[in-house]
Amino acid sequence: MDAKEIIARRVALELRDGMLVNLGIGLPTLVARFIPRGMSVAMQSENGLIGFSAPPPDGMENRDLIDAGGGLIMSLPGAASFDSATSFALIRGGHVDMAVLGALQVDAAGRLASWMVPGKFTPGMGGAMDLVAGAKRVIIAMQHVAKSEPKIVDTLTLPPTAARRVSLIVTELAVIEPTDEGLALRERAPGVSVADIVACTGARLIVPKVTPEMPLCRD
Amino acid sequence: MRKSAIAVEAAADLVPDGARVMIGGFLGVGSPDRLIDALVARGARALTIIGNDTAYPTVGVGRLIEAGCVARVEVSHIGTNPTTQRLMSAGAIEVELIPQGTLAERIRAGGSGLGGVLTPTGVGTVVAQSKQMIEIDGASFLIEKPLRADFALLRAHEADYYGNLTYRLTAANFNPVMAFAADCVIAEPDEIVPVGVIPPDAVRTPGVLVTHIVSRAR
Repeated sequence: MDAKEIIARRVALELRDGMLVNLGIGLPTLVARFIPRGMSVAMQSENGLIGFSAPPPDGMENRDLIDAGGGLIMSLPGAASFDSATSFALIRGGHVDMAVLGALQVDAAGRLASWMVPGKFTPGMGGAMDLVAGAKRVIIAMQHVAKSEPKIVDTLTLPPTAARRVSLIVTELAVIEPTDEGLALRERAPGVSVADIVACTGARLIVPKVTPEMPLCRD
Repeated sequence: MRKSAIAVEAAADLVPDGARVMIGGFLGVGSPDRLIDALVARGARALTIIGNDTAYPTVGVGRLIEAGCVARVEVSHIGTNPTTQRLMSAGAIEVELIPQGTLAERIRAGGSGLGGVLTPTGVGTVVAQSKQMIEIDGASFLIEKPLRADFALLRAHEADYYGNLTYRLTAANFNPVMAFAADCVIAEPDEIVPVGVIPPDAVRTPGVLVTHIVSRAR
């Protein structure tokens, strides 16, 4: 199981029956593969659709039907389409139960940076600032380090996406919950020690006496 | 009320160099491709484009960027178009990045006579720089101003000769809000149908908002 699959399987365990969920582009999209069997979760794509699966079989593509990353999708029976103002009313209005987003950095206060590296990379924020401002829970799905540099840092060095504290950070090494006291280590990945996690983390972690092993969603 | 459809070249001729132009679409899906191509063909220059993104270099708004028609964009995302990023770095194009939901609401405000919107999006970020903050019942909001344009170029699924419009699936995106927010609204439909064919409940943009309909490709 590679790092991305570990992350996607663990995030999938945060899903609950009946939720409306927005999965960000890239790694978060993988979470859809691991929705527990029998669970009904509605997916929103911020370009204007609730109720889709991806991708369509060859020959069934519809050029008017894409997800927010531009990938072709299929609408499911019961799907609803709407314009961008309505889509973001759903997001900002607290109607989205959970947003899963990638990140460039998360800091000790649980703040997220995800939309630019000054002087290097300016894709723009797209819908990320609205999702972080408005979703009931915001879960960060990201690899623990990038180019051997910790992505969990004491204070953001990149421009923040929102002032809000995210709900949970899931990496291939650990599950970490930002709290009033700081970043609380909740789980470690199978075969990973607490010392490994601390060594790869650029912020202080609140480590419990016993750190349970991360459960991973089965197919 | 009744409108006659105009040729796409004639529609592009209505948009002068330097105009502020809203263009519907999300990564090119729901963009008026024939109008975009006609603007490229007539050699439009110094346009300000307001839309969700700049798509890809060969798709949608990206074709206008690639052809040098654009001086400024007001969008939420340029990450899929390396040309926009390169021109921005070279100072050859101005880019204002706006959170996607804020962009939609600013356009909606501009089209519905509101003096702006109060949104929590962007509080505590660079988006809040040089903007007024206001506290309502203990929560902080940014005051975001309305957006309007000289033209809105829309992609619709069906139009009738009153200009009533329908959209398909994720091709709606910004088109319905932009229909309210420009002085001249030009719709490029996939199909033009006789008045009465679109049931009133199916109309998503009332025809009174639409100035011109682009005729079908010859």
